[in-house]
Amino acid sequence: MSKTTYPSENALAKQSSFFTFIKEKSVAFFIDVANVVDYLKRIVRNLFTNSFEFQEFLKQSYQCGNKSVGLISITGIIVGLVLTIQSRPPLVEFGAVGMLPGMVAISIIREMGPVITALICAGKIGSSMGAELGSMRVTEQIDAMEVSNTNPINFLIIPRLLAVTFMIPLLTLYADAIGIFGSWLGVNIKDDVSLKLFMTQAFDNVEFIDIIPAVIKSFFFGAVIGLVGCYKGFNAGRGTESVGIAANSAVVTSSLLLIIVDLIAVQITDLL
Amino acid sequence: MKKEVNDKVVIDIKDLRKSFGDQKVLDGITLQLHKEENLVVLGKSGSGKSVLIKCIVNLLKHDAGSIKVGKHELTDIKEDDLIEVRKKIGFLFQSAALYDSMTVRENLAFALSRLSKEFSKEETDQKIMEALENVGLPDSIDKMPSELSGGMKKRIGLARTLVVNPKIILFDEPTTGLDPVTSREISDLINETKAKFRNSSIIITHDIDCVKTVADRIAMIKEGKIYKQGSLEEFLNDEDPYIKSFFK
Repeated sequence: MSKTTYPSENALAKQSSFFTFIKEKSVAFFIDVANVVDYLKRIVRNLFTNSFEFQEFLKQSYQCGNKSVGLISITGIIVGLVLTIQSRPPLVEFGAVGMLPGMVAISIIREMGPVITALICAGKIGSSMGAELGSMRVTEQIDAMEVSNTNPINFLIIPRLLAVTFMIPLLTLYADAIGIFGSWLGVNIKDDVSLKLFMTQAFDNVEFIDIIPAVIKSFFFGAVIGLVGCYKGFNAGRGTESVGIAANSAVVTSSLLLIIVDLIAVQITDLL
Repeated sequence: MKKEVNDKVVIDIKDLRKSFGDQKVLDGITLQLHKEENLVVLGKSGSGKSVLIKCIVNLLKHDAGSIKVGKHELTDIKEDDLIEVRKKIGFLFQSAALYDSMTVRENLAFALSRLSKEFSKEETDQKIMEALENVGLPDSIDKMPSELSGGMKKRIGLARTLVVNPKIILFDEPTTGLDPVTSREISDLINETKAKFRNSSIIITHDIDCVKTVADRIAMIKEGKIYKQGSLEEFLNDEDPYIKSFFK
């Protein structure tokens, strides 16, 4: 007859704590999901029912758009320059250096411009939204707003969300232009090509089907940055450390979501 | 000297209960605020004092019981009625809660534009200046909150509350974090405000000097319940060790 073995008390305790851990994590996850759904519902409801805070929208558009131009300019020009310098040697090897402007322009317009702009803005705008709203939560400014009969979703979140959603596509188009200009500078390190000739070669290969999906996906990128940044800040905890956590979490979560949205956008564009 | 208390009730709280998860914070509070009365709510940190006044303005929703502000019952209150309730109540937050991104003028103008009828620019400026003069800080009108000291922030917070002329003011630890001189000034300001505007106030504090200066009546909270209510004299003469520990 085979001998029956029983798990030790220690093993049972470990198993029980493991299940408790899983249970707690699952509950926390579902609470998070419920909070996100509630947050989105409140935004949608306020978007269509309450009066729009136009002045706040303009202010936030200025903060998101105008104040990001410097950073986007530097990043855009470097991306164009690096892409050109890196791509030139293999094209020279195949005698296809004339394709360089078109190739770089398509890379920038389709992918590099939108993604790099969105990631830079996730860092700059997303973190600033997370930190600003988080500190407003900690210092009871959001509560003060509610007591003053001001709906914080309507005053704080919707203008920020719409501002970043409309500014990211504009910044993307600007980054594309600057990136292509950077590429022209890159070409002129080794060759001597006029700007007019370079632009003609670059845009000979670019079609509307390259530009439109990129612009559309950059609207989604903007919405992701705005939704995540505002959510993290608005739902920050009460302690001062929550401000840092909200800012950091806004950047990490939105960056990850941007990559996922980009993957989905590429799959959809591929079907067109 | 025992202070006179008006019989008219402006806030009527009955059997109020509020929990956070398993933690019972308010466990059946019954309390009334009378017209033109300064009611001090005393209690240890974490006893639920701030939760109580946040329930009164519906920043936190109570689990059970009732809160009546004037004729409005707050349980399941409609949005339009809540707006009316909030027009009657001013709230001075512990941290003053001035909007960082706005100047003092804009802070006051924001409250005025959201809670009162529309005023012309001249009327708004005049009301803002009056409110700042009432708290003794007319020169701070164009300063940012970051340029103000803790006491000045509290005063501007009070000016922002007063600018909309509320009938009831809720003070959440108005003297916490301030030096004794500034604390005394804020306590005096609470009395001056009451004398001038004849409003009713609930003052949450554990600063005994402030209690002695402002209290018409005191309610002490312990373990989520009202432990004792009475005048300052009754509290000072009480032999209960728990009460004595506050007034030592």
